[in-house]
Amino acid sequence: MPSERARTSPVPAQTGVVAGIAAITMTFAAFTSAMVMRKGGASDWAPLHLPPLLFANTAVLVASSGALEVARRRLRRDAPGGSMWLSATLVLGVLFIAGQLAAWRDLAAQGVFLATGPSSAFFYVLTATHAAHVLGGLAALAYLRYRVRRATIAPLGTLGAVATYWHFMDGLWLYLLVILTVFV
Amino acid sequence: MPDTHGAPQGFLRQYVFSLDHKVIGKQYLGLALVAVCTGMVLSWLMRWHLGWPSAAVPGLGAVSPTGAPSGMITPEYYLSLMTMHGTIMVFFVLTTAPFAGFGNFLLPIHVGAEDMAFPRFNMMSFWVTFLAFAVLVSAFFVHDGPPISGWTAYAPLSAVGKDAGPGQGMGQTLWAVSIGLFCVGQLLGALNFIATTLDLRTKGMSLARLPYATWAWFITSVIGLIAFSVLLPACILLILDRVAGTSFFVPAGLVISDRLQPHAGGSPLLWQHLFWFFGHPEVYIAILPGFGIVSHILPAVARKPLLGPKVFIACLVTIGFLSYTVWGHHMFLSGMNPFSATLFSVPTLIITIPATVATLLWIGTLYGSKLRFNTAALFCLGFISVFVSGGLSGFFLAQPSVDVYLHGTYFVVGHFHFVMGVAAMFGIFAATYFWFPKMFGRMMNETLGKWHFILTFIGVYCVFMPMHFLGLAGDVRRYSAFTDDYMKGSLPLHRFITVAALFTGAAQLLFLYNLVRSRFRGPLAPANPWDATSLEWSTASPPPHDNFGGQPPTVFHGPNEYGVAGRSGDYIMQASPEPEPAA
Repeated sequence: MPSERARTSPVPAQTGVVAGIAAITMTFAAFTSAMVMRKGGASDWAPLHLPPLLFANTAVLVASSGALEVARRRLRRDAPGGSMWLSATLVLGVLFIAGQLAAWRDLAAQGVFLATGPSSAFFYVLTATHAAHVLGGLAALAYLRYRVRRATIAPLGTLGAVATYWHFMDGLWLYLLVILTVFV
Repeated sequence: MPDTHGAPQGFLRQYVFSLDHKVIGKQYLGLALVAVCTGMVLSWLMRWHLGWPSAAVPGLGAVSPTGAPSGMITPEYYLSLMTMHGTIMVFFVLTTAPFAGFGNFLLPIHVGAEDMAFPRFNMMSFWVTFLAFAVLVSAFFVHDGPPISGWTAYAPLSAVGKDAGPGQGMGQTLWAVSIGLFCVGQLLGALNFIATTLDLRTKGMSLARLPYATWAWFITSVIGLIAFSVLLPACILLILDRVAGTSFFVPAGLVISDRLQPHAGGSPLLWQHLFWFFGHPEVYIAILPGFGIVSHILPAVARKPLLGPKVFIACLVTIGFLSYTVWGHHMFLSGMNPFSATLFSVPTLIITIPATVATLLWIGTLYGSKLRFNTAALFCLGFISVFVSGGLSGFFLAQPSVDVYLHGTYFVVGHFHFVMGVAAMFGIFAATYFWFPKMFGRMMNETLGKWHFILTFIGVYCVFMPMHFLGLAGDVRRYSAFTDDYMKGSLPLHRFITVAALFTGAAQLLFLYNLVRSRFRGPLAPANPWDATSLEWSTASPPPHDNFGGQPPTVFHGPNEYGVAGRSGDYIMQASPEPEPAA
């Protein structure tokens, strides 16, 4: 159905993503204020050495955002390679999750677990909640790639919504990295 | 574009896993009906025990052999009943019925859309909420019974596990999981409400022309989006404290049941802050839809435009904003810095201003009107009455120094049952009598409805007004019995309240009978039985699958065109192309 393929807009998808971002922001604001309050009154706060792998993961996630931007530009101009760059975004996203898992294993190998102390608890909670949201973004990217491959005209509205979400995940991670460095 | 979908085939798609916002709205209302009956039975059990502490409840011993051996309610079981009553009523009745239920059914029609923006999310929203209810109710049937820590689940009582008492093992974990799921369900719903209101409005439906009920649902969904996304992480942290050995909320050196708790360094106050940052906006999530419903129905029954519609919407927005600045007034006794009590007291007093202005606008609308005294109108009047009665006691509680005395007493129980419980219920009743014809295509019985109103109205005042006196006399809430010498004097009043509660409950049988009978035997409803203006009255009763029969309406007027000479009488419908008469 060509008319079905030409359907580009979901404006509601954009609104939905913005509302979702507001909700996720509140969730992490709650976690942050909980962490600040928990640390403020605590005598049991042991500083945590962040696994260096986190910085490599950061580079991967930022690169994935860049790849998504390249994909978006190509798809907008109907230039070739958009779908390939989307695949690259997906691969980098999966790589980020794998990297986060490896960082967890790294910590666990040092004997730092969820219940070891308040700093480790917040580290695992924040990174896990972020990772769960990134997984949601990966699902959306996979769906987007499926639609791009099927349609003759790119679903730019969905693309915009998914891109907004994915860049937000990127920014959220940078924020988490900062507060983890400062507080944990 | 919205995720449009054709008319569903087959029972499952049509009635169970339906994508149709109208079916989902009815599912929410059905869930709320089951929940409210459950919650009411729980309150009867509590009232029975408060009135006659040494009398056994027939049959209860068989339901809960440990909580009520041979029908005698133990103090701990009383707390379980209280916890489940509060949780069920606040989350699964006062949130689901006026917001998710009526909002789902009506908001897309009000804006002139075929459905919600994300029908699949909408379906998930209901089923996740249903799962949350099932998880919560399952706490009745696990070994140690339902939790005892109240609907606010204060830590460390809620966080340390089974040492803290019966129900604090599995039961409390189920509670936390249930409320976490509930948050997810409501977030999905709020997302839908927001995107639908902003993006799916039909031609001519500017924001200024939105019906007031839909304005209220929209603002409520914004409040809910922010509030539930804070309660969700709080529940996650609580669950981790309970099952994973973390110490977010459990302080060091805590000995419970002669056992040193294996947690350290947590902050019980942290839970209260997170909970009430959600909990106070939740009060407005329960009551603002009632504001909208009353403002929607009053002009239609008073045959006059709502007074100051823009001021009314400004009131809703102001209340929504201020609702995030007052959570600390639930915590005057929590041990937080006494200076911060003043900080929370001031916005608490300020938030009464928009609420009062809204009330005055309703009364001003009624002034000089030729009111049509139908059941919906009566429940709107009742809403205003109980909201004012309950609101007035709020002035006292907003003063930290007065609250220190009253906070732990029945004064607070009377206050919040009036202003949030009964007021929201009256909003639900008004909405039911008003929109039943649209939802089911049949009229409800007005005579039964009026009797239902009169008996309920008298009943709730008999139940909740005396509680203020009990509170002033120092009756502590959450006590399971007032049998000690110094409290014996209040027993007769407790008995009176118990009788009134049973009477009020019995009066609801009229409503249930009216619902069921009207559903099958009520006279067929015309498209617009109330001579009302908004879009749902321009389409058939009940509306077709796509709401407007393939013809999206065009809107020419605001919802407030009452008391004007129109083609169809003294009003002009929103979808009517006739010009507005010159002022």
